[in-house]
Amino acid sequence: MSAISRTLGASLLALTAGIGAAQAQHNDITVAMQLEPPHLDPTSAAAQAIDSVVYTNVFEGLTKFQGDGSVVPALAESWDISDDGLTYTFHLHDGVTFHDGSTMDAEDVKFSLDRARAEDSTNAQKALFGSIANVEVVDPLTVKVTLTEPNGMFLFNMAWGDAVIVAPESIENIQTEPVGTGAYAFENWVQGDRVELKRYADYWGDEPAIENVTFKFISDPTAAFSAMMAEDIDVFAGFPAPENVPQFEADPRFQVLVGSTEGETILAMNNAEPPLDDVKVREAISHAIDRQALIDGALFGYGTPIGTHFAPHNPAYVDLTEQSAYDPELSKKLLEEAGQSEGLTLSLKLPPPSYARRGGEIIAAQLAEVGITAEISNLEWAQWLEEVFTGKNFDMTIVSHTEPMDIGIYARPDYYFQYDNPDFQELMTELNRTTDEAKRTEMLGEAQKMIADDYVNAYLFQLAYITIAKAGIEGLWTNLPTAAIDMTEVTWND
Amino acid sequence: MRLSRSLIIGAVLSAAVLAMALLSFAWTPYSHTAMNIPDKLQTPSAAHWLGTDHFGRDILSMVMVGARTSIAVALVAVGIGIALGVPLGLAAAARRGTWLDEVIMRGNDLIFAFPSLVIAILITAIFGPGAVNAIIAIGIFNIPVFARVTRGGALSLWEREFVMAARVAGKSTPRISFEHILPNVTNLLIVQGTIQFSLGILAEAALSYVGLGAQPPTPSWGRMLADAQTMVALAPHIALVPGLAIVLTVLGLNLMGDGLRDLLDPRIRVQR
Repeated sequence: MSAISRTLGASLLALTAGIGAAQAQHNDITVAMQLEPPHLDPTSAAAQAIDSVVYTNVFEGLTKFQGDGSVVPALAESWDISDDGLTYTFHLHDGVTFHDGSTMDAEDVKFSLDRARAEDSTNAQKALFGSIANVEVVDPLTVKVTLTEPNGMFLFNMAWGDAVIVAPESIENIQTEPVGTGAYAFENWVQGDRVELKRYADYWGDEPAIENVTFKFISDPTAAFSAMMAEDIDVFAGFPAPENVPQFEADPRFQVLVGSTEGETILAMNNAEPPLDDVKVREAISHAIDRQALIDGALFGYGTPIGTHFAPHNPAYVDLTEQSAYDPELSKKLLEEAGQSEGLTLSLKLPPPSYARRGGEIIAAQLAEVGITAEISNLEWAQWLEEVFTGKNFDMTIVSHTEPMDIGIYARPDYYFQYDNPDFQELMTELNRTTDEAKRTEMLGEAQKMIADDYVNAYLFQLAYITIAKAGIEGLWTNLPTAAIDMTEVTWND
Repeated sequence: MRLSRSLIIGAVLSAAVLAMALLSFAWTPYSHTAMNIPDKLQTPSAAHWLGTDHFGRDILSMVMVGARTSIAVALVAVGIGIALGVPLGLAAAARRGTWLDEVIMRGNDLIFAFPSLVIAILITAIFGPGAVNAIIAIGIFNIPVFARVTRGGALSLWEREFVMAARVAGKSTPRISFEHILPNVTNLLIVQGTIQFSLGILAEAALSYVGLGAQPPTPSWGRMLADAQTMVALAPHIALVPGLAIVLTVLGLNLMGDGLRDLLDPRIRVQR
């Protein structure tokens, strides 16, 4: 008798525990991503994985990006812009606290901006703060930022993960124990496996629906597929194996979100070294590439062809794909005119992502059709950064430029592909000074045309952003206007 | 003298792979680099006997040309091992017990002490990935293997009467090593060579699998496997085909090595 009751009791206990677990599950979410961040300070490194974890979740800026790419107020409730466009007066939200309990005020804003633009700053996007002349604390909730010249991008710049507000009290250990103002506080980091966040009780804004968020790092595409199929994880943001997506689409347990990113993927060419310093050779290479075959072969169809270095979802985008349409005959003719009709051999150095490795094989085969030999070498990221990005020792490479609005890199003659055109540089300087939206759009169009006319690089495709999630999860970003996995709006709906 | 069954099976398998590699110089069903992306991931059919890969390339053609890569890398690597290891082993045996013997054999131990694949990865990481560096990396690890086998066989031979006779006749040590010792260790070297050859094929596949072997578009079984990895659930044949090619080749060579040892090793022969 006593044995029976004990068994009964035990199973009852197990049952309640089971119910508890099922309920807890909808308070928790496990989100997987491919790369682990090197540390957790978005203001001192370029690694996208940092922003994926902490942007909006842990740290907030004066303004922020939404999922559709628009910039909205964040810590700054509102702002006034002086008529000459030189002074921005930000009015901060009242009652904002950092996760350590201290109050966020104008002093913190001044500290963060001054730290980012300082001489010895390690901020990866220092240019964002380049036009700031002075930051002045008016009162605890008002900050006045003075610019050296009008900057049409200033509010956009302040939305970047590199421009989030940090506190001087917690800056020392920010890389391992980030303390921000966001809806989630940092809880724990098991290196090589996961980062855990917990809902911050005193958050100033709307309380998020989910209490515990775990970011898990799964670098291997095969393991990513298995973990998702086994339902070990709830969401995979930036799913690395497009070939497996149809299987998820066919499975009612999952939903697939296919969106666009800021990732312009290009076949970058070394504009400073012969023979690629000749625009005819570069044009020939552009015409030798069949973009659709590339997208189908390397990305299983998930990608949008581009004809210039600009995101197709941006209102200012100009479709220039026809200008470098696939035309092997024209390509051969151009090579002949350039005196390179036979035996042109070029190096093609490829970083690890599959779009580059697979894309490289396809492009090498397409270039072979017009008589160009592309010698492929596969490099790890560290080698690629050293040899190609810093060392500029390459003819061609394939890489995705994932920063938003990054056409400005073409105005930097020392940038790795070494495009040096004074007209373009002047246009970019002019663009930065322009605040009128219509005028800016026109100038951006002109810039896109200029780099397309010069065939600086072969513009391939806009990288797609694939998110796999369990059915019933809502509020995830479909597009990726900036590197972020914003969990504040996510809910379980079942 | 009866040929063992394993020798026959091994020889047939090895010959088949070799024949396939040789045939690929003259004929393959399609060009091994020709992509046809709309026809990707097809299952085996009359048009493509072993199906197509993720770029629509003919897998049979790639496996045939891949056999060439595997054999070439393994063959040259074994060649390096024999060319350097055998003279070292002979010298160590001829000067047995001296400092020269010590230096050679402890040097061998040093190379042996490292896990071979890790060092191969180190070499290709420093000097860049590619078939040539893969050959060198695999070849270096064949040197101590052949040096040991040679020295082991040669040591006992130095005590035999016919070697004594040669010494009495006034032949120099190097001459005795090459004229009398070497021919008598050849059997050992053939057996070891076969085994090292199969290990070489396996090592080449492993290096290309991690992206450090032959670079695309040169086909390699290891890289075909790596490429197929994420698509196993979609199209299992693109992983099975190169996988089976590696298994059958290594199996064939190992069976042949065993059979040859039974046939050539004097001690086992006496026991029969």
